[in-house]
Amino acid sequence: MITIKNLHASIDGKEILKGLTLEVPAGQVHAIMGPNGAGKSTLASVLAGREDYEVTEGSVDFDGVDLLELSTEDRAREGMFLAFQYPVEIPGVSNVNFLRTALNEIREYRGKEAISAKDFMAMVREKSAIVELDPKLASRAVNEGFSGGEKKRNEIFQMAMLEPKLAILDETDSGLDIDALRIVANGVNKLRSEKNATIVITHYQRLLDYIIPDVVHVLYNGRIVKSGPKELALELEEKGYDWIKAEQEAK
Amino acid sequence: MSETQTDRTLSSFTKHLRQTEISLPAHLITTSLNELNGKSFPTTRSEAWKYTRLTKLSKLSPTLASKQDGTNGTPFAIHSTGNFLVLENGAIHLDASRFETVTGLTIKRFSECNAEELQHIGSLLTLENEPFNALNTAYLQEGIFIQIADKVQIEAPIELIHLLSKVECSATIRLYIHVGKFAKAEMTIGTWAAGADKSILNAVTEIHVGEGAHFTLQKLQCEDEGNFQICTEEITQDKDSVFTMHTVTLNGTLVRNNVRVRVNGTNCETNLYGAYLLKGNQHTDNHTVIDHMMPHCNSNELYKGVIDEQATAVFNGKVFVRKDAQKINAFQSNGNVLMTDTAAVNSKPELEIYADDVKCSHGSTTGQLDEEAVFYLQSRGISERSARNLLVEAFIGEVLDKNDNQDFVAKTNAILNERFGWER
Ligand SMILES: Nc1ncnc2c1ncn2[C@@H]1O[C@H](COP(=O)(O)OP(=O)(O)OP(=O)(O)O)[C@@H](O)[C@H]1O
Ligand SMILES: [Mg+2]
Repeated sequence: MITIKNLHASIDGKEILKGLTLEVPAGQVHAIMGPNGAGKSTLASVLAGREDYEVTEGSVDFDGVDLLELSTEDRAREGMFLAFQYPVEIPGVSNVNFLRTALNEIREYRGKEAISAKDFMAMVREKSAIVELDPKLASRAVNEGFSGGEKKRNEIFQMAMLEPKLAILDETDSGLDIDALRIVANGVNKLRSEKNATIVITHYQRLLDYIIPDVVHVLYNGRIVKSGPKELALELEEKGYDWIKAEQEAK
Repeated sequence: MSETQTDRTLSSFTKHLRQTEISLPAHLITTSLNELNGKSFPTTRSEAWKYTRLTKLSKLSPTLASKQDGTNGTPFAIHSTGNFLVLENGAIHLDASRFETVTGLTIKRFSECNAEELQHIGSLLTLENEPFNALNTAYLQEGIFIQIADKVQIEAPIELIHLLSKVECSATIRLYIHVGKFAKAEMTIGTWAAGADKSILNAVTEIHVGEGAHFTLQKLQCEDEGNFQICTEEITQDKDSVFTMHTVTLNGTLVRNNVRVRVNGTNCETNLYGAYLLKGNQHTDNHTVIDHMMPHCNSNELYKGVIDEQATAVFNGKVFVRKDAQKINAFQSNGNVLMTDTAAVNSKPELEIYADDVKCSHGSTTGQLDEEAVFYLQSRGISERSARNLLVEAFIGEVLDKNDNQDFVAKTNAILNERFGWER
């Protein structure tokens, strides 16, 4: 689904990603863990196409297309979705209104007809039920006045609506209570299939009890320094990152 | 400063114009002529014109142009039902208008008014140091007198269409509106240009809102980038009345709006809403005054602007609360979004309060679109252009949505679509 090779990216002249290599095949869920400031959100932003970052080296193949050549919106239209660590509030723009615009622009890009108002509303009902999002929230202004948990659920709701090939969830679990966590994880699991892939960025092993990853990666100092089965997450939670740092310094 | 402040005389501006033939009170004509004689256009040295340069306008020597035979008002009409009256280049054009008799509504020309009716006209209009008001008196071309009888409710909005259709011409028009006690009516004024260039509309509207009356005025300013308009609205409210005004400015090289509301009775409500969407080299200047002279009143003022390309805007809003005007709630706010580095705005909200038991707030914000929000929308598959449009619409929608007149909103949206490619 996605193949990242030797990716280097910097912001304001400071290099954050320093030769990151990662491959996530279709049908799999990969978790990325790592200490604060390691570059996890940077990776998500670079993949989503945030212009503040400059890619200086490396390549990203996204299901056969050169991702780095595409604009942010075209990446989304190709099937990339980022659930933001900090979703923005957009006063005055209604959730459903903007989602209809998004869905139709994506469909147009793929040469499909615009969705009818009736089908769209049916879809909103179905997908908001998956994440147990109050339909009232669906029609309110994007994230405005939403609680932290509601914002995260809204991200997954949007993901459900847009049906991406690759979803990157950046700390979607932080700030969620156990019920919300279960709901969000449930939503992600329902949307999993052989044709799509998910990258879950998290600090907490508990999420991975619900969303079982195929591979766990450790991102440290701008690179993937360790990869392993789901048990690696448990080990990281127990021992912290000091042993990883020590290992790296020894090299 | 290197700028040239050409003090162009008003007499060079009026040299092709004709002094009014309308029998306004004689002392008003005398005062106005004195104000114009030997004087120049105000420069940016004067407080009222600090950020609005009249240089281009003052270089004109416009002529009087007449209406044209085949003119059809319908394409400019905002409402599909009710009256509309076309004033082309300042001349009343009945053939281009649509007229239906409405019980309780009188619309006539000043020339058809009796002396008693004429004596109210101009009684509250400041002429001193207000050259455009003086011009609108001494060089008045046409006056329309509108009266809504007491206790009458007029269903369809009364519409006035100002059309400029000749090059370098001047249209000088006065409206006098008397809203009777407990009456209710709505008026729409559209300003348009077709085939005009370097022409100027000078329109003064005097409105008296009687006791317990409700009156709404909505203006759609849509001239093009070649033409000018200076509009002055002088409103007086009697007790228990509600006055609401919407000023939507979508086009015009230089648009100046002077609105003054004298709230001269208790228990009144005043709402001033303004939206300006500018691009190119347009300039729009909104000067408003709400003068609370009596206690127990509420006023709301919200003006918002989106300024693109090299366009510039001015907002100057004053709210006065006089000494005996206790228990006033006055809210005023101006917000601006600058779409480019070259767009600019000067915003000055002002409160002057002489009473002690009042609740007033005012504020002004100017900024760019939230780039985080643009990125968020793009990351969902929305093009950058649509993302910006969505955000701009949300911003300006707050004020456009204050108007519940469907026709007016639809026309506004149609022009926004045509001019900015926005779909609302
Ligand atoms: N504009 C900037 N200029 C310089 N450094 C920056 C800038 N923006 C972010 N950084 C740095 O980039 C590094 C990586 O940040 P990033 O947000 O990717 O970390 P993260 O792994 O997501 O951390 P967390 O677990 O706290 O979310 C941090 O050290 C951060 O301070
Ligand atoms: Mg992060």
